[in-house]
Amino acid sequence: MSEIARLKVWRGRDPGAGHWASYDVPFEPGQSVLDGLRWIRANREPALAIRFSCINANACKECMMELDGKTVYACTARLEPREMTLAPLANKKLVRDLVTEIAPPAERFVGR
Amino acid sequence: MTEAMHVETDVLVIGSGGAGMYAAIEAARAGAQVFLLDRSLIGRGGATVMAQMTVAVALGAETPDHWGYHYFDTLEAGRGLCDERLARLLCEEGPDCIRQMDRWGVGWARQDNRITQVMAPGHDRPRCAYVDFLNTGPAVSKTLRAVVNRTAGIRKAGDLLIVDLVRAGDEIAGAVALHLPTGAPVTIAAKASIVAAGGLTRLYRRNSASANMGGDGYALAMRAGAPLLDMEFVQFFPIGHLAPRLVGMDPIMWDPFRYKLGGRLLNADRQEFAHRYGSAEDGKYVLTRDIATYAIVREVEAGRGSPHGGAYLSFEHCPEAELRQAFGPVIDRLAANGIDLTKMPVEVAPIAHYHMGGVAADERMETELPGLLVAGEAVGGANGANRLSGNAITEAMVFGRRAGRSAAERATRMDRQPFRPGAARASIDQIAGEPAGTDINTAAMIQTLQATMADNVGPFRTQAKLARALASIDDLMLALGTRPVGDGGAFDMQRLDWFDLRNMLAVAHVVAQAALTRTESRGAHQREDYPGMVPEWRINQVARMNGGRITLASTATVALAAAQ
Repeated sequence: MSEIARLKVWRGRDPGAGHWASYDVPFEPGQSVLDGLRWIRANREPALAIRFSCINANACKECMMELDGKTVYACTARLEPREMTLAPLANKKLVRDLVTEIAPPAERFVGR
Repeated sequence: MTEAMHVETDVLVIGSGGAGMYAAIEAARAGAQVFLLDRSLIGRGGATVMAQMTVAVALGAETPDHWGYHYFDTLEAGRGLCDERLARLLCEEGPDCIRQMDRWGVGWARQDNRITQVMAPGHDRPRCAYVDFLNTGPAVSKTLRAVVNRTAGIRKAGDLLIVDLVRAGDEIAGAVALHLPTGAPVTIAAKASIVAAGGLTRLYRRNSASANMGGDGYALAMRAGAPLLDMEFVQFFPIGHLAPRLVGMDPIMWDPFRYKLGGRLLNADRQEFAHRYGSAEDGKYVLTRDIATYAIVREVEAGRGSPHGGAYLSFEHCPEAELRQAFGPVIDRLAANGIDLTKMPVEVAPIAHYHMGGVAADERMETELPGLLVAGEAVGGANGANRLSGNAITEAMVFGRRAGRSAAERATRMDRQPFRPGAARASIDQIAGEPAGTDINTAAMIQTLQATMADNVGPFRTQAKLARALASIDDLMLALGTRPVGDGGAFDMQRLDWFDLRNMLAVAHVVAQAALTRTESRGAHQREDYPGMVPEWRINQVARMNGGRITLASTATVALAAAQ
């Protein structure tokens, strides 16, 4: 019987009107939380919004989120065969699901 | 009808890796207003920030050197296909950029106040500078980011995905972007546009670059009418990390270990094997990338691979003190991943690493289309059929600087913006339109494409495999359709994937088609059914897109009249 990691993910576009969705992910030792989220996108829910670019190297620093209430990089946090709760950063403006506005203000696009 | 937000600038720079940032700095210093944008964060998402290796330049700090020797090695590695103008530019101006980066405080590793230069495969002498520990790319990115921030005249914006370049007659007049946080379309009028969006390694399942490198730059240029060059030549890095699973580290990290400590490449029987493929190692790191890739793939096929399907790389013979002196804190990061190099080997295997092909450009980095320039890995031709190690960051800096200068010159000459909103209409409608009714999983389709490319358009190719890849790419194109999926709202990953897939599939098609047509083996392109180089194939293949159709032609390689 293979083990399962259950990712409980906050979803929504309005901080006051989101919901929790749970996804069971096949667990393999050594995987990262980001691996689990990418598995969900390819196999369950392609609309799940996450932000990353370097995938594994901890170079881009984009995949910051809250795991069980603590701020982590999803690419270096290890997936575990238990329920893990994932939420967007509480101190940043929400964009969608696990994506928040993390760019320095001078590097954001402002129209006109 | 959705109205787009609109921005006007002298110079638009698409992509903020090493090449894009260098271009932005140079253009701004020349007096141009610059708009530097990136699909993710500024200065964090390209290939430069991932590079843990070295930068090749003829500084002569370690032993006497001249750019002409570096140029000779670059042409050798390129197996007769280099555009000599671009290769010469890379080698001749590399030292100048390295010294400029030094003044900007990048922190090249030094000994006795001389910049340390190490030997790397394919070079005739120690020529490769680096930043400790495994920090070359991050240090280059950080330094350029700091200079961008203190240079007047550069406006920056992340989270802007360029969807299409915009033409005005034969010229490129700007671009249309998707603002990811809102889903809104943005039009950008620019007197000159520089594509510095990097390569295409995301087309492959295992790769060493960021998820942003899906060939966007190639696809944008090709759709706008610019020709692509040498697209069959994808470089595989032979000793990408395979197992045990490492988090928080770049899969190409073993290269610097080999520069400094040698290391032993072993098969399942713990025997060295490289000598059986024509290059004995003898404890030193001299194996070129194409031979190493070939040797590892062949050992695996012969049933002598490591458990995960690669080779062992062992530093078990190195004393712990030596490992720690060479790599300091990296040894602790390995320990956190359960790896003790004094007691165990790691497993390595070839991994998609770099693309030699790209947009055709001259030594001013100008393409066939006025107003469209390229820089860095997006440029085709400098490295021919195989890139010499250490040349990637050098070309990012040299080509970025040159592109920035040329773009500023053009912007200064022009007294008007040729941009007309009507030319952006179709792209705006795609960005903001209602979703197509199709039920597709875009994330799964990307994985299917990556598997197809890895299995059929990898380092060793056959007619049958390439035909299979083309059929699979055509199926995916059909499934993708012509209208984006997703709701078009804030950070709509399905719509983002859709635009990415459109680019990835077009570029994958060109790579597979060019590989199928080249019936010989040269450098990074190895045909199992056509072994060996054929003199008649010492030509470049050029791909163009006309009305959605891709056509291939061949042209003579660009040679300099008299070398030096």
